[in-house]
Amino acid sequence: MSDVLAAPGGVLYGTRFERNAATRESAWFKWVAITVALAFFALFLLLPLVTVFVEAFRKGIDTYLTALSEPEAWSAIRLTLLTAAIAVPANLIFGVAAAWCITKFEFPGKQLLITFIDLPFSVSPVIAGLIYVLLFGAQGWLGPWLAEHDIKIIFAVPGIVLATIFVTFPFIARELIPVMQAQGREEEEAAIVLGASGWQTFWHVTLPNIKWGLLYGVILCNARAMGEFGAVSVVSGHIRGQTNTMPLHVEILYNEYNFAAAFAVASLLALLALVTLAIKSWVERKAALRHIG
Amino acid sequence: MGIRVENIQKRFGDFVALDEVTLDFPSGELVALLGPSGCGKTTLLRIIAGLERADAGSVVLDGEDASGAHVRERQVGFVFQHYALFKHMTVFDNVAFGLRMKPRGERRSKEEIRHRVHELLKLVQLDWLAERFPSQLSGGQRQRIALARALAVEPRVLLLDEPFGALDAKVRKELRRWLRRLHDELHITSIFVTHDQEEALEVADRVVLMDRGRVEQVGSPEEVYRTPRTPFVYSFLGSVNQFHGRVEASRLVVGDEAVPHDGEEFEHGAEVHAFARPHELDIVAASAAEGIPARVIRVLTFGISARVELEGLNGAAGQHFEAELPRERVEQLGLVAGQAVKVVPSRLKLFERQVTGATL
Repeated sequence: MSDVLAAPGGVLYGTRFERNAATRESAWFKWVAITVALAFFALFLLLPLVTVFVEAFRKGIDTYLTALSEPEAWSAIRLTLLTAAIAVPANLIFGVAAAWCITKFEFPGKQLLITFIDLPFSVSPVIAGLIYVLLFGAQGWLGPWLAEHDIKIIFAVPGIVLATIFVTFPFIARELIPVMQAQGREEEEAAIVLGASGWQTFWHVTLPNIKWGLLYGVILCNARAMGEFGAVSVVSGHIRGQTNTMPLHVEILYNEYNFAAAFAVASLLALLALVTLAIKSWVERKAALRHIG
Repeated sequence: MGIRVENIQKRFGDFVALDEVTLDFPSGELVALLGPSGCGKTTLLRIIAGLERADAGSVVLDGEDASGAHVRERQVGFVFQHYALFKHMTVFDNVAFGLRMKPRGERRSKEEIRHRVHELLKLVQLDWLAERFPSQLSGGQRQRIALARALAVEPRVLLLDEPFGALDAKVRKELRRWLRRLHDELHITSIFVTHDQEEALEVADRVVLMDRGRVEQVGSPEEVYRTPRTPFVYSFLGSVNQFHGRVEASRLVVGDEAVPHDGEEFEHGAEVHAFARPHELDIVAASAAEGIPARVIRVLTFGISARVELEGLNGAAGQHFEAELPRERVEQLGLVAGQAVKVVPSRLKLFERQVTGATL
């Protein structure tokens, strides 16, 4: 609906709280607070980010490009993109389904489901990886059976995808639940009374209402899927050119004192993160505009 | 199409929302379900629509038991209190929604749908808003669009859940007159839920009064207003003055005083609740022989008649009374705040005390 809405009115500098003398803090406090916040931001966020790019290009652009065009680097990039391409849609479907049933229906075990959705957030990624090793590894519960049928999960791509799905599991559901809760059921009820089927209701009424929240969740989920290290590291086995994702590849290069290459791949990963952030803020702006309407 | 609900029972946990409700809604009538919040009126409406399932009992639509039928199959139009318009769609798309969702075989052509939508928008007099979004409309406009959307699928019945509840007083009055006219034009069986007695009495052909999950009375607006069957109905349909007293022959004893009444059916000595509307209460000087002592709290003299708020004394101590008198009468009595007077009901409606479930 943003197309019919003007941009939010003239930007006012300083909040109403700030412009009012009765509620304004003294100047020195204001500047100290701002300085502390900015210094912290520069030291802990900006400096490392800049370092990544500076280090990546230290030995010149040629070295940088060579490092990225190595087959092993390429394989890591491909695996990372593949993992994200599977994990994100999987969690998209799960997240929408979970948010849907949590917000639109009453059923026993609902509270338990909400708690379980948060489990990957509270469990250390290393443990997440370990769970899969214990389950599918050679000595794991299902290990012998898998070996018999010649299925490889641990130290192979399926394990990496599974671990990534586990770790990114809550993002979309968590993003959608409050949105759908705020929406209520009335519009869906109206659609059903008007004769729409369940699928039509979802497609024409529910989805348009949640699309910004959904996109936001997808972006966060994707960022984490591409950047995940801990859980993937446990199940990957670090086989070069086969089971190394970008974060794992960075670590290997770094451990081999191949700093230029390590930072080159890292800079690419950081770039992906920055792009994601940019899309995220764009989505937030869009969603905020829509909200005003 | 006629609607009948039989022995509908609905509980939410321990709360009984509907208790053995049986009602008939004759074809073509506009019926109001009237009652305080929590009386079960909205639940009943949602059960008829199929949005809620009754624990027991049946919903009969047009002679057929529809209790198990899906909402989609019931062919009802539903108007929600908060409009429930699709926010991301234009007014046109909102109204067209029901027509577009029909299965391919039954769906009409694009051109026909366009024609029908404009016809409906003209019916609700908002044809010029077709390309707007719901957020750009006023509350009254939104509700009219919601109504057009509900009518688009040619429902057999129209169900309206507090349709004017979210609107301000002036728009509300306009819209309810408009709804009445629309109903006279379309003659579609309609049920609307409201907690506003004025709205129900003004708009409906028949009024169903509900309290705590039960039907208290059903009748035309005149009937329920003139001959309320229970203290609840009496007190819900307008301002009341209530007295507790004992019947002694043709007089009602309230505290130390006695006033005349015409409730012949009551035995000598029966304990009763007695009700009088504000316009049925006269004020006389404190020195008068007969009347219930009271003190004037406030005199409001704007409007055609004057309103006097009083506080009971002696036997009626602590009670609040309200009298509506001609302005001349108030001037003649020279009423001022604090003055001691007596009130004399010209007409008293008596209800036996033990059977009353009135919440006053």
